[in-house]
Amino acid sequence: MSEFQQLEHSSSDVTKDGLRGVRPDRDAPTGVATGRPGRLRTRQRDGAPTVPDAKFTSYYGMPVINSPVWSSPDIPGYLFLGGLAGAASLLGAGAQATGRPVLERVSKGGAFGAGVLSLVGLVHDLGRPSRFLHMLRMFKITSPMSVGSWLLSGYLPATGIAAASSLTGRAPKIGTMATAASALLGPAVASYTAALISDTAVPAWHDGYPEMPFVFVGSAAAAASGLGLLAAPLVDSGPARAMAMFGVGTELVSFQLMERRIGITAEPYSRGRGGAYVRAGKILSLLGLAGALLGRRSRGGSALSGAALLASSAATRWGIFHAGKQSANDPKYTVIPQRERIESRR
Amino acid sequence: MAPVDITIRRRPDLDGSLLGDTDPATQGGYPGHPPRMGFFTDTSVCIGCKACEVACKEWNAIPEDGLVFTGMSMDNSQGLGASTWRHVAFIEQRKPLAAQDPGVQPGGDFRWLMASDVCKHCTHAACLDVCPTGSLFRTEFGTVVVQEDICNGCGYCIPACPYGVIDQRKEDGRAWKCTLCYDRLSVGQEPACAKSCPTNSIQFGPLDELRERADARLAQLHEAGTTDAQLYGRDPNDGVGGDGAFFLLLDAPEVYGLPPDPVVTTRDLPSMWKHVAAAAVTLVGGALAAFAAERWIS
Repeated sequence: MSEFQQLEHSSSDVTKDGLRGVRPDRDAPTGVATGRPGRLRTRQRDGAPTVPDAKFTSYYGMPVINSPVWSSPDIPGYLFLGGLAGAASLLGAGAQATGRPVLERVSKGGAFGAGVLSLVGLVHDLGRPSRFLHMLRMFKITSPMSVGSWLLSGYLPATGIAAASSLTGRAPKIGTMATAASALLGPAVASYTAALISDTAVPAWHDGYPEMPFVFVGSAAAAASGLGLLAAPLVDSGPARAMAMFGVGTELVSFQLMERRIGITAEPYSRGRGGAYVRAGKILSLLGLAGALLGRRSRGGSALSGAALLASSAATRWGIFHAGKQSANDPKYTVIPQRERIESRR
Repeated sequence: MAPVDITIRRRPDLDGSLLGDTDPATQGGYPGHPPRMGFFTDTSVCIGCKACEVACKEWNAIPEDGLVFTGMSMDNSQGLGASTWRHVAFIEQRKPLAAQDPGVQPGGDFRWLMASDVCKHCTHAACLDVCPTGSLFRTEFGTVVVQEDICNGCGYCIPACPYGVIDQRKEDGRAWKCTLCYDRLSVGQEPACAKSCPTNSIQFGPLDELRERADARLAQLHEAGTTDAQLYGRDPNDGVGGDGAFFLLLDAPEVYGLPPDPVVTTRDLPSMWKHVAAAAVTLVGGALAAFAAERWIS
């Protein structure tokens, strides 16, 4: 337990005249130690606590892992738009099957637009955008980004054909086949990005991997329903309202479960920039859902709630993105859970 | 643009071989490969001269990585990154030196820890697993190297590494890290850092041999009363299947900025894909339910 005890060593003295020899901010010879009260107590063999506050050691407060170099708005935008596209493909296919032409056109067009924009974000974020096609040199199931690249290269053409056919009314048979393909691949497009961010050493992303895909599909459904409410007339928007209930419910419940389960690494989801976005996302999704259910007789109310749902989905993605970076940049989220894991094995 | 070589390869990655003590070169497709090579960095004899940092930069033609005063003891390179492939850490501690008189002040405890950090060349390398282009590959020596003519700078390897080794060179866009001097190894030379180390703190050789040597050195130090001494990355059954570059440390790993219990993130990937599939099915179910239930809402 030397790593904890060494924190007690100090060059300063407490004298009658006060503290002597205190060097501000330079009193931690082995790097900065930040306390986390309450947990991770170290005990002597006889069970008496030796260190009342939780401490951990780091190398001058430097992060242990290298933070993602992915930037905003490219990557959070890619997460948001990919989700919107995937869920909108389902809504568009359903609208076609149940004879809601405006909802169909809005959803299919929106799915293609969002899908293309998400790809633009992804390519723009590359260090060498001209080498984007290197993504298709091989297929690797161990790389969610490889899986996603292949997925998008199947999904986008299908979605484009589905949208073009429904907007122009031409080639309805091919359009229907493309719609089916797009609806089949859409849910994968909306969910694989959860594996993409979780398959990293970023504590807040990795630790949340069981719930993250459900947060993502919930957020995706909320966004697609928001688009439907924003752009489709009242007679067509019933399924979008119901989908808003499903989306907001799934997102909020799985987010709550994730935060409760992962413990300390959930902190960034309620702190700082990430926390602010996540809070905004939760408030907007509840407002949007309330508007979707209460404002079903009002075109303006429906449009407003649709906009709120779209904004909530975006805010959630931005929040998860920034919270992940925060958890990567603070060594405590890497060191403390790993130290606890070692202690629990003893 | 150069023609794109489309090769779809099957890798035995998800059949459970992401875990445990395996032979990475054989897994990487080299049946009759040379022995797995690596580093054993014995920090107990490191004098902090930074010859390894300099030799690495010179041999690999790495650009400058910041000429700054950090206030972190004698450390001015701060950590591993795209342009820092060897990093010497300096830790000043008010702790006694084991079985030695520090001679600083009567009764005053002081010791100075120095350690040269490097890419671990993991048995189960997360950077390699998540690389979508195949730019990162396993060499016949069991090491992990980036092919810079393939890397498109997607940046996925960077947060995947549990040690914070690989990073993006901003002005260049691509990811860079230690190659364990693949070019030198290929012609029977030892890596530049090991060649330049004046105290043999950095030892290069076949991993099996290094592990034996490290075990003997640890026993020797424990006998001499340095009970804090521990091997880091030596255990082939740890979260990354053991490191190709492992260390003898004189304090807890996090004191040196190393993760105390690193795990290759792809260990959980099979479970991640299962959860993704379940969520995708949930989304389809939600959409179907939305069309079935809409009449109750409208």
